[in-house]
Amino acid sequence: MSSVERRFTFVNIMFWIGIAFLYLPMVVLVVYSFNESRLVTVWSGWSIKWYGELFRDRQLMSAVLRSLEVAFYSSTAAVFMALFASVVMVRIRRFRSRVLFSGMITAPLVMPDVIIGLSLLLLFVAMGQIVGWPQNRGLVTVWIAHSTFCLAYSTVVISSRLREMDRSLEEAALDLGATPIRAFILITLPIIAPAIMSAWLLSFTLSLDDVVIASFVTGPGATTLPIEVFSSVRRGVTPKINALATIIIGLVSLTALVSWYVTRRIDQRRRAEMSVH
Amino acid sequence: MKRFDISRLLPGGRWWIIGVPYFWLLVFFMLPFIFVLKIAFSEADVAIPPYTSMFEWVEDTLSIHISFSNFVWLGSDQLYLIAYWNSIKMAFFSTIFCLLLGYPMAYAIARAPARTQATWLLLVLLPSWTSFLIRVYAWMGLLKSNGLINNFLLWTGIIQEPLQMMNTNFAVYIGIVYSYLPFMVLPLYANLVKHDHTLLEAASDLGAKAWVSFWRITLPLSKNGVVAGSMLVFIPVVGEFVIPELLGGADSLMIGRILWQEFFNNRDWPVASALAVIMLLILLAPIALFHRYQNKESADEFS
Repeated sequence: MSSVERRFTFVNIMFWIGIAFLYLPMVVLVVYSFNESRLVTVWSGWSIKWYGELFRDRQLMSAVLRSLEVAFYSSTAAVFMALFASVVMVRIRRFRSRVLFSGMITAPLVMPDVIIGLSLLLLFVAMGQIVGWPQNRGLVTVWIAHSTFCLAYSTVVISSRLREMDRSLEEAALDLGATPIRAFILITLPIIAPAIMSAWLLSFTLSLDDVVIASFVTGPGATTLPIEVFSSVRRGVTPKINALATIIIGLVSLTALVSWYVTRRIDQRRRAEMSVH
Repeated sequence: MKRFDISRLLPGGRWWIIGVPYFWLLVFFMLPFIFVLKIAFSEADVAIPPYTSMFEWVEDTLSIHISFSNFVWLGSDQLYLIAYWNSIKMAFFSTIFCLLLGYPMAYAIARAPARTQATWLLLVLLPSWTSFLIRVYAWMGLLKSNGLINNFLLWTGIIQEPLQMMNTNFAVYIGIVYSYLPFMVLPLYANLVKHDHTLLEAASDLGAKAWVSFWRITLPLSKNGVVAGSMLVFIPVVGEFVIPELLGGADSLMIGRILWQEFFNNRDWPVASALAVIMLLILLAPIALFHRYQNKESADEFS
């Protein structure tokens, strides 16, 4: 039996090749963000001047704020609806047009971005003509678009946790006289809370990441960070983007590290408690 | 004690719980496709929005204009056919490469001690939480003719002239495999981790070599994971726009890129819609396949 830690088996070698493939470009990016030179691939000494340049770029900084705002609202709306959708997928087994419902929940996971973006834009244009809303496209239309595809991802995360959950706890609460709504809030929600949190974080990063759909449904003056980055990257490699990338990689790694550490501690405590009893 | 259904939280609670996500998806996911379909059958017009309307009241009678000219146009120009063919070819080979690299990775994680699996999985997934755009961009710096890979190869003397890697299909493959690898590893891991080890032990007791038991037990059992992962890679890659745009050359024609150009540069909304409709038709079978195996996977969890 092979494991990642020991032995030079074929599988382990492939694993580490894969890891090297995934991390090497990012390590290079981080190192070169501290490069003095304007030429991105010529090393001329350590410097943090590109970070200064980055923070002085007004346009880029306001795009960052706009993106964070859209990501916050999109992931919140998506998780809220995903909670409902998960209850439907896991608990309400039978109702009319369930097939359509589950199809619509999973389809955005695989649908190419260009199709989602194009179709939503055409909808917004038609709605603007027919019902007079939305007149212009901007942050609200991006928010709607992002909520839609984040809903699909959030439902996958939350419903798999809900499916594993032990229902007898809920039933015990009901037997002891709790109303269904109290049982759901006091028992079910805390149990699936980690899944809700990770669904929210996943949606947040997905929304922050999207360039194609946002390009279709956004309007003038509502440029998000990825659109801004995409248009500057198209013109070539720039050291400012290296600095931005490093900050993003740093923040994501930090969040992941903290959550990894916390879940590990919870795991260890649980294991310790189990061995005591 | 009377049992309550969770869906009876409110009067008509069940309908709220089903209704909110259902209504949202109908309006913002289903309905848009109907508009795409409608506009694909209209003609380009110099107007805002730039297409002719399908329904018109002419002297109290409803006249309906359905035009197939967009589809005829797509069929008559080689460019579009080549782009579709390229997209499918790219998606197919990218899926194969992701599978070849991703399967051993998922296998290694699934066979690692249970308490370290989460950590290895995190290691694989971590890059995908940083920006997709920035990961593609990182490759631009590596693959350029004065980029790091070329500089390294020149320095070691393996090559005398810089290799042309940027703006080639090779770069597009690198970018796609790099970006979509986690989508392959995750469903494969979820499948492989559920396998019963005793089957492999029984096989080895009966004298099967490692690769024989892999070929005859592990691989067939992981079929659902392979299909789910492959479709998660294949389907979005067919419509990929960002990677060929940044890493590919002028000849890296992919349908997502053509659609983008028709829409934003030529402002021909009907042709862009028609391109999307045909792309959807091509993807219908893989999407159905994905949906079927997705359901099978979650059905397995109950048994």
